[in-house]
Amino acid sequence: MVENIKKSSIIAVWFIFLSFPLVVLRVDYIDKTIDYRWHNILWIGIGAFFISWVWRYFLKRKNESDKSSEGKNQGTSASTSRFQVQKIFEHKFALLGILIAAAIVPQFMSTYQTSIFITAMMYVVLGLGLNIVVGMAGLLDLGYVAFYAVGAYTYGLLNLHFGLGFWISIPIAGVLAASFGVLLGIPVLRLRGDYLAIVTLGFGEIVRLVLENWDVVTRGPSGIPGIPKPAFFGVKLGFAGNMTYLFYIILALVVIAMVATRRLQSSRIGRSWVALREDEIACQAMGIDTTKAKLAAFGLGAFWAGIIGVFFAAKSSFVSPMSFTFFESAIILSIVVLGGMGSVLGVILAAGILILLPEYLRFMADYRLLIFGALMVVMMVFKPGGLITNIRQQYTLPKRNSKEELAELHSSET
Amino acid sequence: MQALNESGSFFLELFFSGLTRGSIYALIALGYTMVYGIIGLINFAHGEIYMIGAFVGLTVAGILSILQFNLIAILVLAALFAMVYAAAYGYTIEKVAYKPLRGSTRLAPLISAIGMSMFLREYVILAQTPDFVSFPALTEGLFDLGAFSSMIQPTELVILIFSFLMMAGLFILIKKTKIGKAMRAISQDREMAMLLGVNSDRMISLTFMIGSALAAFGAILISAHVGQINYNIGFVVGIKAFTAAVLGGIGSIPGAALGGIILGLTESFATGYVSSDYEDVFAFGILVLILIFKPAGILGKSTTEKV
Repeated sequence: MVENIKKSSIIAVWFIFLSFPLVVLRVDYIDKTIDYRWHNILWIGIGAFFISWVWRYFLKRKNESDKSSEGKNQGTSASTSRFQVQKIFEHKFALLGILIAAAIVPQFMSTYQTSIFITAMMYVVLGLGLNIVVGMAGLLDLGYVAFYAVGAYTYGLLNLHFGLGFWISIPIAGVLAASFGVLLGIPVLRLRGDYLAIVTLGFGEIVRLVLENWDVVTRGPSGIPGIPKPAFFGVKLGFAGNMTYLFYIILALVVIAMVATRRLQSSRIGRSWVALREDEIACQAMGIDTTKAKLAAFGLGAFWAGIIGVFFAAKSSFVSPMSFTFFESAIILSIVVLGGMGSVLGVILAAGILILLPEYLRFMADYRLLIFGALMVVMMVFKPGGLITNIRQQYTLPKRNSKEELAELHSSET
Repeated sequence: MQALNESGSFFLELFFSGLTRGSIYALIALGYTMVYGIIGLINFAHGEIYMIGAFVGLTVAGILSILQFNLIAILVLAALFAMVYAAAYGYTIEKVAYKPLRGSTRLAPLISAIGMSMFLREYVILAQTPDFVSFPALTEGLFDLGAFSSMIQPTELVILIFSFLMMAGLFILIKKTKIGKAMRAISQDREMAMLLGVNSDRMISLTFMIGSALAAFGAILISAHVGQINYNIGFVVGIKAFTAAVLGGIGSIPGAALGGIILGLTESFATGYVSSDYEDVFAFGILVLILIFKPAGILGKSTTEKV
């Protein structure tokens, strides 16, 4: 106890020292004035004191559980596998519940609320898309927003120049974004995790810079205004009606994306992605074509971003390069990381937390990105698996008499 | 003749501005490369440390100029404080975000680093300002160049001289001192170095601190040259410095210096002779090309992965 108080106090003093010139002082160089904010010292001190205490406690607990689980890993697999099958069912019910709740939301909510929920669901689909690349295949893509931009601009430009509609733009944008994904995939095939991250980051920035500077085609930083919303079988809906319609479109997209991801996960390609993530060399040795698997991951991940790009353009009826900065990528990535890499329910939960919570806790809005950043660090340190750790599909043998099994084993050995 | 002379001086102007840029990239790239060399991690928050260094420098310079210190004292103290604080931030970041992750998956420290970088940007926005603020021209009056001022500005000359001095100091530290030897030992084989009595945790902390201090030093010099800073300056510079580190061969210290200068010159000539709109595209383009054709970089050793 005394030890802890001493340690935390030292840390509190250290953080006060660190934050002093930035948090307490603010100097205006032109007016020659210094703005003192002494009260902040108190907050930093108290915050650092308690957070460091909690931090140490959880770190200790994590280390202890790591040690104790090492010895017990063998032998319990049979009992856990049944447990996990049950858990998958629980997930299914949870998903169903969320969907039903979501479906009735627009009937009770104002247009503004509906619009927030639409945004949250857009991030669910984006998260599911990035989940394919990062969560399943383990390729850290920091330029995911580029594909989102490709989708949005595809609709914006096709509509501006050729008058194409929303529904026809969706498949075009999806395919275009997917081919961009493959295009990015080809040069980075040989790169390992960290290099890959930087190159994709660079790619994302290149796309944004091109959109900003290629005035002739993209109208540059001023963007494309007046993008129409989808019409409901030719009927023009009002503003509120439009929102409700968009809501159900995105809900349908969420369901399709969820089912698709689920099916992909247990398909041949999905399993090869997991193998790729776990150990690339072993994966190659097992005869998996890693080139094909990587390109498929990039392409399919980008496909969803392209589609949501179209949706984004329709919803906000305006696209400009400003919407596609690195921070958009970072938010989508934090959804995937927070939710648990590769986990569908986790992505939904995380998108809900990260997008809805700041909307409803207005006082938090300024601190949103600060908390996102801190959450990413905390998650990686304490719970790298995310909120809902993805459960691998397991095959359970049909129940049989153990003696029979033993006999069979013996006979097959001899 | 007149035209030739003009194009010649334009060339020299671009050359020196490229060299200046390059030496700043090199200073920051050293931080990336040292950390990568020692623990194999790309410290994504490095650009943010550079930015924090600039803000600390601004605060110190502001206070001292209100107290009416003379310009050289302000410059020295601002740089000193910025370096000390950057080192302290680097140390803390390593302890909080990277050290608990040693021995986990490859992706985890990288994501933690991105989170840290987001956190620091927002921290500066909230604690200081989201807008551009002007930075005092501390280095302007140090030299009087007279006739040469059309080719190179005095602030650029200051950057060149001091960054080369810093790099030289670092080379001596790495090659000649016991600390440098310990660092090199850890980057070759961490376990073996520990067995031979090198305190690896302390060396890793020290590496972060040195790298951060160099970045902050660069930040003060370039901010005094450009004249304004905001929370976002670390992002682009960070990526470019990383490009420089990769270009020279990540993990190699002379490589980082060389890579920085090559990148700076390329960018400067490309913006001067081709188009200034796509300035950043050139840097990213170079990065992508290098990673495709020579991932080990100019001075790096290509390693084969053993199973």
